[in-house]
Amino acid sequence: MSGQTQAQQSEHFEFTAENLQKTKEHIAKYPEGRQASAVMPLLDIAQRQNGGWLPQAGIRCVATMLDMPVIRVLEVASFYTMYNLAPVGEHFVQVCTTTPCWLRGSDDIVSACKNKLGINMGETTQDGKFTIIEVECLGACANAPMMQIGDDYYEDLTADTTTKVLDALQAGDTPTPGPQSGRKKSEPAGGLTSLQETS
Amino acid sequence: MLSDKDRIFTNLYGLKDPGIDGARARGDWAGTADLIAKGDDWIVDELKESGLRGRGGAGFPTGLKMSFMPKVSDGRPHYLVVNADEGEPGTCKDREIIRHDPHKLVEGCLLSGVAMRAEAAYIYIRGEFYREAEQLQAAIDEAYAAGLLGENCCGTGYTFDVYVHRGMGAYICGEETALIESLEGKKGQPRLKPPFPANVGVWGCPTTVNNVESIAAVPTILRRGGAWFAGLGRENNTGTKIFSISGHVNHPCNVEEEMGIPLKELIEKHAGGVIGGWDNLLAIIPGGSSVPVLPKDICDTVLMDFDSLKAEKSGLGTAAVIVMDKSTDIVAAIARLASFYQHESCGQCTPCREGTGWMARVMDRMVRGDAEVEEIDSLLDVSTQIEGHTICALGDAAAWPIQGLIRHFRPELEARIATAKQAANTRAA
Repeated sequence: MSGQTQAQQSEHFEFTAENLQKTKEHIAKYPEGRQASAVMPLLDIAQRQNGGWLPQAGIRCVATMLDMPVIRVLEVASFYTMYNLAPVGEHFVQVCTTTPCWLRGSDDIVSACKNKLGINMGETTQDGKFTIIEVECLGACANAPMMQIGDDYYEDLTADTTTKVLDALQAGDTPTPGPQSGRKKSEPAGGLTSLQETS
Repeated sequence: MLSDKDRIFTNLYGLKDPGIDGARARGDWAGTADLIAKGDDWIVDELKESGLRGRGGAGFPTGLKMSFMPKVSDGRPHYLVVNADEGEPGTCKDREIIRHDPHKLVEGCLLSGVAMRAEAAYIYIRGEFYREAEQLQAAIDEAYAAGLLGENCCGTGYTFDVYVHRGMGAYICGEETALIESLEGKKGQPRLKPPFPANVGVWGCPTTVNNVESIAAVPTILRRGGAWFAGLGRENNTGTKIFSISGHVNHPCNVEEEMGIPLKELIEKHAGGVIGGWDNLLAIIPGGSSVPVLPKDICDTVLMDFDSLKAEKSGLGTAAVIVMDKSTDIVAAIARLASFYQHESCGQCTPCREGTGWMARVMDRMVRGDAEVEEIDSLLDVSTQIEGHTICALGDAAAWPIQGLIRHFRPELEARIATAKQAANTRAA
């Protein structure tokens, strides 16, 4: 998500009062003098406040708050993949394509996203509603294939249910996260093979 | 087969209340103060007797690891750090503990913290597990409200805090020293050892990093006794384990089973068997993406534990079983893992930074057969130049899947190269 244009960067960033309170709660988790440990949560709060991407001004603001050199904060912001350094769509769709999802048909999920939204992976729709990217293992392999949209996992996908989830988002609804197959969690779909005795 | 009365994670599927009332009904937080009163040495001794080996992949004895913490503090606080940065492809077990049985983890933090004379635990959870981090925080809040954490926790006079720290997307932070760097607010690049974390860990203080499943198993082991846990499984491979079964099975799932269960039985009993039947099996990666793949004939009989899989030149790793049936392009499956490791290399050590990219590029050509037969040996040679020549085990993890592929599927690679050459010759003629 690099390649941001200067035009999208603003000079100034400031936490809202509510978010400022959250930053203080995070800083308080760490021993005195170790406030740099809060750099990751603070950058995350800044990104959330800024519509899902982290502006340079946010990085500078966090550096000042934590008494860190800007370059150290920039290093963190550019090392971790969850910081978006350029704007992303309102719905940030991340499709897992690592081997366990690939074996269960993640290629079909990628195609369904591209067909539905008319864009390629790594692109954002013209209306700014959707960005789709391929990501590495999201740790829900027994519910493969799956994708993450915003903070939620959509699991046990088919091309059809993928399209339905995107349809719902386009219509302004919030589709129910979790398995889209009728399964509850990661229990075997054929019926429980353990934990039947305990009540 | 393991019976439910010997299962630790009795809400693995989240079918019951994950909150404190549900947890208490399942036996969590029962007599915690009495366990604390028995003291640090008693806890470590029980864990040693249980034979529990770390559930994060390396399989180091948990009790022994805890015993490395200084006996007497030199003034620096001690910390427990829980590795919840679950990201090894195929692995999805810690997520289920965190969202469905979070109190086992929180109580485990307290009891393990007592064992290492720690004042706090930091649970480092992967950033993508946002909802799971919320659920974990809710359990921690419940524990504080009930007086189970914080000052004079459980009425013991002990003070212990538990904090959640979210990662932000970096597989490498599952490596313990990278995790520590990340927790200090830096890029997650592994540290050289020594010094080991037990002497110089987070913020320069004695630290032990344990996996979620290891820590969450501690309360039950202490309640039922190390001997109970040691009585399950096989010698040196004791207890129960959560297996994550993914790929070409009829019913992918997580399931807690006894260590040493035959791989075939595990899949047929709990995952509904291989798609198309056992004879349709091509290969299995038995312990997460980092361990070498095994062909069907070994899968027929191998037992799922550390020593049995090591004897077959693979490993139990995180016990993430990735099943591939005969429809699988095995070269493409491993090539995808090669590009995973290229993506996740932190860039610190040259053999890994350059080698993972080189191997991924050659593997991409191998998928198409666009290679020379000699390059199979070059690939093997380069993999051994990465393995063992880097600060952390990511280099090894990148090398092993490719070594496993060449060990068991060299004829497939050769045939593909031959077919591609033939096609090229036909076109030229």
